[in-house]
Amino acid sequence: MKVRVLVRLKNGVLDPQGQTVRHALHVLGYHQIKDVRQGKVFEIELEGIDQETALRLIPEIADKVLANPIIETFSWDFLD
Amino acid sequence: MKFGVVVFPGSNCDYDTYYVLKEILNQPTFFLWHKDHDLKGVDCVILPGGFSYGDYLRSGAIARFSPLMEEIIEFAQKGGLVLGICNGFQILLEAGLLEGAMLRNKKLKFLCQTISIRVENNKIPFTREARPGQVLRIPIAHFDGNYYAPPEILDKLKKNDQIIFRYCTETGEINEEANVNGSIENIAGISNTSGNVLGMMPHPERAAEALLGSCDGLIIFKSIINFQKSII
Repeated sequence: MKVRVLVRLKNGVLDPQGQTVRHALHVLGYHQIKDVRQGKVFEIELEGIDQETALRLIPEIADKVLANPIIETFSWDFLD
Repeated sequence: MKFGVVVFPGSNCDYDTYYVLKEILNQPTFFLWHKDHDLKGVDCVILPGGFSYGDYLRSGAIARFSPLMEEIIEFAQKGGLVLGICNGFQILLEAGLLEGAMLRNKKLKFLCQTISIRVENNKIPFTREARPGQVLRIPIAHFDGNYYAPPEILDKLKKNDQIIFRYCTETGEINEEANVNGSIENIAGISNTSGNVLGMMPHPERAAEALLGSCDGLIIFKSIINFQKSII
């Protein structure tokens, strides 16, 4: 079983990396780019558990380890 | 007074901190291995600077789950003195012993330079030897030092005088120019509500000998020692 967890900075939290990417895109002439927010992707392979357990486990590890709830939010889905 | 310096894989200011406490201040000092469950009876735990676990995921995020952290959290909750310097500060934030989080520096540069910080609260054990508003010259060396706290936490920090240091100019002025890493309200160091846990981005152990340009860091360590004397 594979899942994908997306970790994003919360709205309103400064994202210097995203701003730099946006700036670079503007320099390259892509003026349509209004804003860029950078985040993280985790692809996680699970074994020995059923879907129901995964539904409980993934939010738990995302909240505890993968994301810092003060500055980040997460979302996730099954890949297969 | 017995000091303990925690060693994580990737700590790189542990020996500097040990040297200052042991050789300059003549205090009994011990290294505390992160995999142990033993604080060796120390009176103050210091989490030194460095790049624990390569700073993968987020700075301090993995170190926060080290076995020894369980003892450190319990020690802090009982009122024990805990000082986190730079990466140590990041670990204390991730562990929830201090509130807020670190973002990447505003200009995306690793900053390694001597800066000025102003003592905003000299009533806690770590700053009692400083004058109110005293300006200290102490080096910083970090990539993720852009302190952030949501409004409700920031209000609480202000109300309880938990903002201990702010980045300032050499004359003690708090302005945007002095705010090297973009921290919210120039915050360079905060404490917990009871003042027994301090996190600071500047490195006091790198400002402990005149030969190295500044002795201002000694004020922090001497404050701790004199606090301990005052309660015995």
